[in-house]
Amino acid sequence: MMEEVKEGASALSVHGHNVKVTEALKDGDALTFLIVSEKLSGTGEYHVHRTYEDLEWLQHNLFSQEDVPGIQGVIFPPLPARPQVNPPAKAVKQLGVLALGEWQPYCRALETFLQQVASHGTLCKNKAVETFLTDADPPGKQRARRNLFNRLSQAVEELRKEGHKDVDEFFHAERGRNAVATGGAKNAAERFLDVVLTQQKIAVACGHFSAALHLCVEPGEDPDKQAFSKLCVKLSEVFESMKKNMMNVAENNVNTLGLGLDLESRYQEAEREMLFRRTCKMVEVENARRNAERAKPVKKAAMEEVKRATEDEFGHISKVAKDEVARFQGSRVQMLQRALVRWCEQQLLTARQSAEQLSQHLQAVRALGPRPA
Amino acid sequence: MAASAERNPPPFPAAEEGEAVLGNMADGDSDEGEDIFVSKINPVSRGVSQPNHVPEEPPDLFGDTSDAAAKSNGVHSDDDSDLFADAHTDVSTETHGSSDRKEPSSARPGVSGLQPTSLEQLEEEEGKDSFDVDVAVTNPEKVGDGMNAYMAFKVSTRTSLPMFRSKAFSVRRRFSDFLGLYEKMSVKQSLQGCIIPPPPEKSVVGMTKVKVGMDDPSSVEFVERRRAALERYLQRVVSHPLLIQDPDVREFLEREDLPRAVNTQTLSGAGFLKMINKASDAVNKMTIKMNESDTWFEDKFQEVENEEQQLRKLHAMVDSLVNHRKELCGNTAVFSKSMAMLGNSEDNTALSRALSQLAEVEDKMEQLHQEQAASDYFIFAELLADYIRLLASVRVGTNTEDCRNRRFLTPSRSLAACSGPWRDHVVFTTTATQGCFDQRIRAWQRWQEAQSTLQKKREAEAKLLWANKPDKLQQAKEEIAEWEARVTQYERDFDRTAMTVRKEVLRFEKQKAKDFKSQIIKYLEAMLQSQQRLIKFWEAFLPEAKAIA
Repeated sequence: MMEEVKEGASALSVHGHNVKVTEALKDGDALTFLIVSEKLSGTGEYHVHRTYEDLEWLQHNLFSQEDVPGIQGVIFPPLPARPQVNPPAKAVKQLGVLALGEWQPYCRALETFLQQVASHGTLCKNKAVETFLTDADPPGKQRARRNLFNRLSQAVEELRKEGHKDVDEFFHAERGRNAVATGGAKNAAERFLDVVLTQQKIAVACGHFSAALHLCVEPGEDPDKQAFSKLCVKLSEVFESMKKNMMNVAENNVNTLGLGLDLESRYQEAEREMLFRRTCKMVEVENARRNAERAKPVKKAAMEEVKRATEDEFGHISKVAKDEVARFQGSRVQMLQRALVRWCEQQLLTARQSAEQLSQHLQAVRALGPRPA
Repeated sequence: MAASAERNPPPFPAAEEGEAVLGNMADGDSDEGEDIFVSKINPVSRGVSQPNHVPEEPPDLFGDTSDAAAKSNGVHSDDDSDLFADAHTDVSTETHGSSDRKEPSSARPGVSGLQPTSLEQLEEEEGKDSFDVDVAVTNPEKVGDGMNAYMAFKVSTRTSLPMFRSKAFSVRRRFSDFLGLYEKMSVKQSLQGCIIPPPPEKSVVGMTKVKVGMDDPSSVEFVERRRAALERYLQRVVSHPLLIQDPDVREFLEREDLPRAVNTQTLSGAGFLKMINKASDAVNKMTIKMNESDTWFEDKFQEVENEEQQLRKLHAMVDSLVNHRKELCGNTAVFSKSMAMLGNSEDNTALSRALSQLAEVEDKMEQLHQEQAASDYFIFAELLADYIRLLASVRVGTNTEDCRNRRFLTPSRSLAACSGPWRDHVVFTTTATQGCFDQRIRAWQRWQEAQSTLQKKREAEAKLLWANKPDKLQQAKEEIAEWEARVTQYERDFDRTAMTVRKEVLRFEKQKAKDFKSQIIKYLEAMLQSQQRLIKFWEAFLPEAKAIA
């Protein structure tokens, strides 16, 4: 996944690792993203406008690469859910932290998606990626077609296969691990979102209190009244500071660990889909073997052929999958580490700034009246 | 920063002139002002988060001697083993040259010059008094079982005033005792015009839980809230120059066995409030409206009303903030668990460790949020609530907050409006619930009524002269003499009450500014401490995060 494509064999004319999504523009109820890619030749950049439909088109093309052997073993970089300007409650829940912060976190998540696609050894070779990143015109609209690659979201009877026993110890273990990790990461991401939302509420409450304190300022020359008024003004400033601090804390949370947990959650889900695809193929192999065994002599040759082809496919998929899993495990640890370090650093900075401010406020209040008559 | 280390025994009255317990706030900007507001690193708990913990005998109870202000009672933190080493040093230990006793004369506008002597006398008395009285309310303990159980508190006093039997002593009191004290003070003639601090409110729900023996956090918090409120109440009482002189106050603080207060059942009941409003409505038309010639009172009254409204708004907001913080506590705890689970199921060792550490950091933050919520609550919400009640009692009376009636109830007329077994209660409690402004109006009306009666008596005498009934005439002359004396007395009472009200209001405003300042400082100190601990948590976590390979 994080495999950097070598210069000579590059399928793209741009650098994959630093694709940027610089803006999210509102267009009615939808959003348009400005995507910037750096040319390999060093002669400049590509600036393209893309909508969510364009992203779906890209994803569809990636899923449809049936000619690539073992493509089903790829853990596809997960595309974030559809963004809406005025999202209904269900959509908000689905988006999680990505719905916050005026779409800035969403842009970061989109960046990650594009960078991962563009840096993936197999995926980047798909022409759709080049077109998506460099073509001034938006790519064609995605046609509604049954998507083979998100099977888990489909027919319920398919889900029964998910528990099917594995022939390979490695994958048996990985499926077990993934099942736990998917639930855990999703839960952690949702709980973290709750924390952030409450922090935002606190910030708003501080703001209200700060504003209300201004109303308590009393006119008049009476020294005690003036002293009280000054205190109200000062306290108002204090709570305004506290509001800003809390907003920063929430923002830091979203931009670092929030994005990290969100990505982890979606990536575990993507791995789950890949493992399921492989499992389905495994079931196919078992069926094909059974059919070949039981086939009447007339059909035997044909059934054997089917069996051989299916076994081949399964072999390719398992090989690709093994590599993908290894890379996935490595990259997710890296990603989480980066997220945790940045989270900690930013919160530390914010906390220090806040302490400094509080210290100044404290000094200022101590210096205020009431003074002796 | 052990607060007890900075504490000194209170000085003897002779050494300190006019040193008010609260008075040193006047010198808040002196060098030593800084020390007064030193707070402990970790906010003190008196058993908030420890339902079964009976606090031990503290080395020094008298933390908060400044301005009857609320203590910062945060959640008991791990580092703090000394529960009772409180936030503030004994203010009166600072040897400041000045006192704030000078304020009344210069601040006061022209009072009716009727009794210049008594005014000077009052000021002198104030100047001499040293308010070296510290009170603390601690050790809540449940006494008895079932629905007859009650909470008893230890009331400890430390003083250098000679009128007390000893320098340090303590008694046990229950909630109704505090209410009873208020009752007694509010009907005293000698305290007419004073702003009597209102006691904390009754709570049927809160107390029922305690009686039933629930140990959940909200019950514990209720007890702590009540304890803190009772302490602030007493601190306000003892820091009042007139109230501390009152024998009932002394008795409350000193006497081993206090007779149970009986009339407190009617205080704060919803049914009582309805009755009071009905009675006041009934007599609205009957009372003599005072033509306010002195605009000072009119203006002040309006200010008090406005301020009360503003503080109510503020209080509602702080309440909201406290709730959000508590919500954050809950969310943080749940998040912490989710991270712990992730850490447990993680294969990569370093990442697993970092995630578990994260979970611990979040746990610590939950506690910080808890303390911040407590700070918001105990420092601001309770302060605002106290002042809302104080303002209400200045304006009307603690139990008639809903009654925006500026006329008062004369006993005779309210009796006419009510009947049956409630009569005595109405008489007793209407007088008790009149705020100082109303007391002045009442004093005025008593004087006017006496003049009116005197007039009638004179007219009666004139009639008798015409009718020539010498025996009745003698009686009439006696009655006239009696009422002339009363008129003089009541006029003096009115003037004195008016003067007291003015003084009280000015003192109140001064007090308010000091109180708020002290609370703001306490709050900022607590917040700063919080932030500094937070910084330490992050600093400790950073290497763990970086260590993930």
